[in-house]
Amino acid sequence: MTRSTDVLQLTGVTRVHGEGATAVRALHSVSFIASAGELVAVMGPSGSGKSTLLTLAGGLDTPTEGTVAVEGRDLGSLRQAELARMRRTSIGYVFQDFNLIPALTAAENVAMPLELDGARTRKARDAARTALEEVGIGDLADRFPDQMSGGQQQRVAIARAVVGERRLILADEPTGALDTETGEEILRLLRARCDAGAAGVLVTHEARHAAWADRVVFLRDGVVVDETGSSPVDALLEPGLTR
Amino acid sequence: MSVKQALLALLEQEPMYGYQLRAEFEQRTGATWPLNVGQVYTTLTRLERDGLVAGAGSDDEGHVVYRITDTGRAEVATWFTTPVNRTQPPRDELAIKLALAVTVPGVDVGTVIQQQRSATMAALQDYTRLKRSGRAPASSDGADLAWTLVLDSLVFAAEAEIRWLDHCEARVRRAAVERAAQQRPGTPSEGAAAPRPSGATS
Ligand SMILES: Nc1ncnc2c1ncn2[C@@H]1O[C@H](COP(=O)(O)OP(=O)(O)O)[C@@H](O)[C@H]1O
Ligand SMILES: [Mg+2]
Repeated sequence: MTRSTDVLQLTGVTRVHGEGATAVRALHSVSFIASAGELVAVMGPSGSGKSTLLTLAGGLDTPTEGTVAVEGRDLGSLRQAELARMRRTSIGYVFQDFNLIPALTAAENVAMPLELDGARTRKARDAARTALEEVGIGDLADRFPDQMSGGQQQRVAIARAVVGERRLILADEPTGALDTETGEEILRLLRARCDAGAAGVLVTHEARHAAWADRVVFLRDGVVVDETGSSPVDALLEPGLTR
Repeated sequence: MSVKQALLALLEQEPMYGYQLRAEFEQRTGATWPLNVGQVYTTLTRLERDGLVAGAGSDDEGHVVYRITDTGRAEVATWFTTPVNRTQPPRDELAIKLALAVTVPGVDVGTVIQQQRSATMAALQDYTRLKRSGRAPASSDGADLAWTLVLDSLVFAAEAEIRWLDHCEARVRRAAVERAAQQRPGTPSEGAAAPRPSGATS
């Protein structure tokens, strides 16, 4: 059943790469939900299927079995053009290595999905500037990626992922290339977007970053093996409850 | 935990009575290591017996106020300049539990590890929420800074525990693969199929 707050819903998703003897089952029968206002972390050792899960959620890959729905729409039922539009307008993707276009300024990078979607240049640039201000680097709008630190580039990538009110933010090891302090700032930003109503999925192998999430899902060999729920904030204040 | 030294260190600021000491302690450490007032008074009695504090009369409301003595000051100075003893590691229930889990037959080590990882992760989520929602981080207020550092200590410890659990799981899996390879001579022990889940599944 889909609730209106379920921004992302994977149901019985299996993904097999290759065929026959060399087939690799990267995900097996995974069901997963991320709701509006919620940040979910996915943890697991390398090769456990984290990136596979995220690319399926983002419509960059299609499941062998099962369905992926974003805002109630089954991605498998969409035509190519509709899916592409969905990827530009509803889904924001943040990669470990930022994936910015070197020849474009920060503002141009952020404006690009909007412009591809047919927004007027002027309007797209304004939205891009607002998004850059929200992530705290409005003053760097005219810089090129190679004129920015890793943390600043990742902020641009986050601005690009959220610009235009996108409801689903997918981040694959977004803090992987950053130092702890900068990583924490990136988490703070993702968290803020989710608190503002987006659904977020964060893939990480760092426990301290996963701890920013409302729920932590553990993957092993393509299977969800466990999940922590959210418990009340003041649990720690009750002596003896947490240990 | 060194309640004795902590109370002495607080008394270096100014003379205080039991409830005050407890409040000052908890302001710096949150409710991480709750002190009951009985414990505070018992400790004060012992400190007085040993000449480290002395009674300083009562305040208007009749609370017995204590002040630190010169011997007490020397004790605090020694405490701050001596590293916490590491030669005898504190008994670690989790390490002991896993050491037994991998040797006692019939224990599903994968499940033991995963249950602990989830529990520790949940605690880490709590600490992180407190950090986010709590008082302003590292503001100029000394007690707030102290509490932030205590919280960070809990975060680091939980994180280290999770990393250690990840490491244990990887080692246990590798050992299982190697055992399987030994039982079937001629099978390559490395690089072939991925190890089976170690029992945390289903
Ligand atoms: N395009 C692909 N072709 C073949 N195997 C793949 C492909 N992508 C991923 N895999 C395999 O699927 C499994 C899960 O990979 P991935 O989702 O990248 O894991 P993670 O992100 O957790 O490290 C791994 O065994 C990986 O080798
Ligand atoms: Mg990956």
